[in-house]
Amino acid sequence: MNIPESVKYTKEHEWVKSEGNLCIVGVTDYAQGELGDIIYLDITSDIGSEVKQGDTVGSIEAVKTVSEVFSPVSGKILEINAGINENPSIVNSEPYEGGWIFKIEPSNQDEISNLLDSADYKKLIGV
Amino acid sequence: MKKTAFNNIHKKFGAKLVDFAGYEMPVQYEGIIAEHKAVRESVGVFDVSHMGEVEVRGKDAFDFVQRITTNDVSKLETGDVQYSAMCLKDGGIVDDLLVYNCGDHYMLVINASNIDKDIKWMQENLSGDVTLKNISDETSLLAVQGKNSLATLQKLTDINLSEIEYYKFVTGNIAGQDAIISHTGYTGEKVCFELYTSSDIKKSEDLWNAIFEAGKEFGIKPAGLGARDTLRLEHAFRLYGNDMDETNNTIEAGLGWITKADKGDFNGKDAVIKAKETQEKKLVGFIVEDRSVARHGQEVFSGDKKIGVVTSGSMSPMLNKNIGLAYIDKGFNKTGTPVEIAVRDKKIKATITKTPFI
Repeated sequence: MNIPESVKYTKEHEWVKSEGNLCIVGVTDYAQGELGDIIYLDITSDIGSEVKQGDTVGSIEAVKTVSEVFSPVSGKILEINAGINENPSIVNSEPYEGGWIFKIEPSNQDEISNLLDSADYKKLIGV
Repeated sequence: MKKTAFNNIHKKFGAKLVDFAGYEMPVQYEGIIAEHKAVRESVGVFDVSHMGEVEVRGKDAFDFVQRITTNDVSKLETGDVQYSAMCLKDGGIVDDLLVYNCGDHYMLVINASNIDKDIKWMQENLSGDVTLKNISDETSLLAVQGKNSLATLQKLTDINLSEIEYYKFVTGNIAGQDAIISHTGYTGEKVCFELYTSSDIKKSEDLWNAIFEAGKEFGIKPAGLGARDTLRLEHAFRLYGNDMDETNNTIEAGLGWITKADKGDFNGKDAVIKAKETQEKKLVGFIVEDRSVARHGQEVFSGDKKIGVVTSGSMSPMLNKNIGLAYIDKGFNKTGTPVEIAVRDKKIKATITKTPFI
């Protein structure tokens, strides 16, 4: 299981990577494994829209199940990974790289520092 | 949780195990799509030992099976298998099943989730010289499915497997073990076998290993319940508990073809005849014109009018489209009818489609 130390985590099995003035968000390696083969990403929040921490921004479909995608921080949605729906399995094969889901401009830095670190997240999923 | 004789093997093969009907079963190994394609393109192996098997013996065994099932058991010669259903008096489906005519007795193969319920119900409907024996725990069942299943298994037996016709079986030796070798399956593959053997762990593991050694040249793969579900859905095979239960009769479930009202008396006959006349709703296939998957329980609409409910839905790995089954009201269930399905906070377009899907 790949749980990189360079990103933060949520209890909803998402990761958040701070990059300058924005955050990149995706689902964790654990989450993609639990979901199984990913077939569709349906982000219903528009680019440019403001969301609050914990808001549902869309859903991610696997063959067997569907899961909501939450925003781990408050802010403005900047970009959605359009490439995923060309090749949805990239979320399975590269959850932290090519399989990122959306980018957001955070409005509250405290929310980021309060997220789980890799040790906390490992504890959460029991690895 | 109960375990099948292949539990250690599943772990060794990296399966994701889940609780299914009280059994710890593999839902997937490598991934549903890869396993699905292995079965469609070559050969895959499923542990379906959780399925229930019941032997029916006695002078009146034929009369009993004829009375509790909807299909015509008088058509069943020794060595034949028949798909059938058991119904309540009001037509509600107790379970769907396979009936094996083993000559001096019958073997009924029932769904894992219904074993206790079915046996209780059979006991309640018992009459005459009939004895039931639940052999589920002493039976392992492997489904070896796909075009290379024959070549794989042929290496392990002297029986000429190509002579076993579809929905027929033989008893004999395979990989050194006594088995019922049945040309049946739940994947829609024409070349398909199910092997009923002893649930002894050593014997079961030996059989699995022999099959995987024999199938190596064909890229044989283990396949889990996830792929079993997507495979059966492409052929619109019904799944008890999802597509039908005690609130549905065989006519609305699209199982009129296994319901032989002219065979004599059987449980649910009057209700079935009545259902044939009314046809209030029908289980039909649909293809979604959207990337979202319609799933069990979601409502189907025509405009603002609710006309049905989805019972099964999945992405079809072969069509690369989202497919499903739904009960749709009379007047809206003809092939080609456009409908909408409420998926989370939106309505997606779908079209009633004839089945099988592939």
